[in-house]
Amino acid sequence: MKNLWFHLMPYKDLPDDFRDQHPSVWVDIDADLLDAKRVHQHYNEFLDELEYAGEAGFDGICCNEHHQNGYGLMPSPNLIASTLTRRTAAPAICVMGNSLALYNPPTRVAEEFAMLDCMSGGRLIAGFPVGTPMDTIFAYGRNPSQLRERYYEAHDLVMRAWQEPKTFAFDGRYNQLRYVNVWPRPVQQPHPPVWIPGGGSVETWRWCAEKDYVYSYLSYFGYKAGAATMQGFWDEMDRLGKDRNPYRAGFLQFVAVGETEQEALELYREPAEYFYGRCLHVNPKWASPAGYQSEATIRAKVQSQVALAAQASAAPKGGPAHRGGMGAARDWKDILDLGYVIAGDPDQVAERIREVCVNLNVGHLMLLCQFGNMSTELAKYNTRLYAERVLPQIADLFDDQWQDRWWPQPLAERASPRELA
Amino acid sequence: MVCATTVEVGGRTVRVLEEGESANTPPAVFLAGIGGLPGWIPFLDRLAASRRVVVPSLPGFPGAAEFRHLDTLLDWIVRAVETVEALDEAPVDLIGSSVGGALAAEVAALAGGLVNRLVLIAPFGVFDADEPSADIWAQVPGPDAIPNLVCDDPEAWKAAWKVPDGADALDWQVMHARALEASARLLFPFGDTGVVSRLHRVRHPTLLLRGANDRVLPASYNERFRAALAGPVRAGTIANAGHLPELDAPDDLARQINAFLADQEFAQ
Repeated sequence: MKNLWFHLMPYKDLPDDFRDQHPSVWVDIDADLLDAKRVHQHYNEFLDELEYAGEAGFDGICCNEHHQNGYGLMPSPNLIASTLTRRTAAPAICVMGNSLALYNPPTRVAEEFAMLDCMSGGRLIAGFPVGTPMDTIFAYGRNPSQLRERYYEAHDLVMRAWQEPKTFAFDGRYNQLRYVNVWPRPVQQPHPPVWIPGGGSVETWRWCAEKDYVYSYLSYFGYKAGAATMQGFWDEMDRLGKDRNPYRAGFLQFVAVGETEQEALELYREPAEYFYGRCLHVNPKWASPAGYQSEATIRAKVQSQVALAAQASAAPKGGPAHRGGMGAARDWKDILDLGYVIAGDPDQVAERIREVCVNLNVGHLMLLCQFGNMSTELAKYNTRLYAERVLPQIADLFDDQWQDRWWPQPLAERASPRELA
Repeated sequence: MVCATTVEVGGRTVRVLEEGESANTPPAVFLAGIGGLPGWIPFLDRLAASRRVVVPSLPGFPGAAEFRHLDTLLDWIVRAVETVEALDEAPVDLIGSSVGGALAAEVAALAGGLVNRLVLIAPFGVFDADEPSADIWAQVPGPDAIPNLVCDDPEAWKAAWKVPDGADALDWQVMHARALEASARLLFPFGDTGVVSRLHRVRHPTLLLRGANDRVLPASYNERFRAALAGPVRAGTIANAGHLPELDAPDDLARQINAFLADQEFAQ
């Protein structure tokens, strides 16, 4: 299996009374909460942590895209990824991803991802999310009724831009370009592996199967809440006659490793409660704009990730609003009981991770070892314990039976930065 | 007796509801407000007491499910023009509310020969950053969110959208979501459509109304329409009504429209 280290890049100084005194962590988060000098420090620490994870032995390091968001200081993940191409040598660089419908023209994504693939020597994983309503509808003003059409069209344009041997004209519904001919092209041919972060929509599952892309369920609510979605995904793969290769799937999980269980429970309580209490304080008014969900999804009554977060935020104080293991816990005991965070000593965590990957049949596990206001020292401690003591216990999972056809194929000989004088 | 028929517009079927009789006056054609109308409503009865009333469904609204082939404002305007043409009764007294008002104004501006007199009820199409309209798309989800926003009396909305016996509640939920999505497809982010720059072409007598308690569009938005319309304009408010007076105040709204249409001062 593959272990990838995922950073959300949360702002770490949201005040104690954030939930009560501020409307939302997203879209209209109060600008006066932000201290750019702290962000300078954050970025340097966060990049150190990603680089550290790469050195420590994680198979990949991940960044993603959010806009006007207090828990995601990455409006441009490609800027982050570009520094990682220079400061890391081995790990896959997983940009999870670029919200295709937000780029005008979308060939910008083809260009920047191709640059990243060239800079890294073929280590790029190209993630293509539709994007949340907060990012796409509200922060970027996209028409909710056209978002998915624009997404699919942009996807087609990017994939053609990478693969067509000659300059071509693209006459789309939303994009008309007379001369498409991106320079550079990706190192990986015919294109970098494509991963699709998604919620629980059947249409997305089918599309991933049709295109032979990885489906990644990026839930903040852990393996218990995610089990039903992954079961739905695999049931659909069965129906479509696809094999159960676990590398078709990715899943995100928070982990908290200590020398002992007791230590883990003490060390990670505060950053976990910060994340679930403050970072997921999303005003529910942003969660469900009409037109964002397809009619099929409404009919299936599948709730999106963001709706879950919003419901969590709208929950009455003092306890989980959700029943059935989903949603709204904000105190440490509930966070643990509901499986949002897997915490324990290295052996306990390894056992649980193995169980999760086997049960959910997931070959690409994206791990959040830094979350909330966790200090950089603790993030590195968590990362090191996972890399040294957990990862070796699970690294060979699935590899006797399945091949990962969705992993980057870097150049055998890659250039590296010169040492600074 | 309400009669339900269909017409073909651009190869797609559009429901048309109608009632009443007109002797020597043009029929009144009503283009519904945001969310559309699942069926006939008391306001249309009041209006039909003295004239023929014809209600074609706008794309995506109940009665005309398809709308995702329409991408631009121009697509929507052409579709609205062709819908009025398909009724084959022009010139008509064209009444548009809210989203329907935005399109009615465009029809009058760009295909003025189809219109006899014009009634606009809280039309979308202008925006003022200093006095922004409510963001219908950013509402805390729940069954009362839209009724509370668009109606002075949410029960009026609920009465219009009551699921009939034997119907599937989920179908109705999807029908409403589809109508909202269609409105977004036409108008999102509900800003300035540029209609004001075309209103100098509207020389028709125009009645410009809004609910006194409209929580979606400020009163100044109607004033912008009024200032730009080229024909004679009568402006008014409907007491005890929100953004959709056709649901909140059927009597008063029908009375003001009937009075306007009967007024020789505004005769064409």
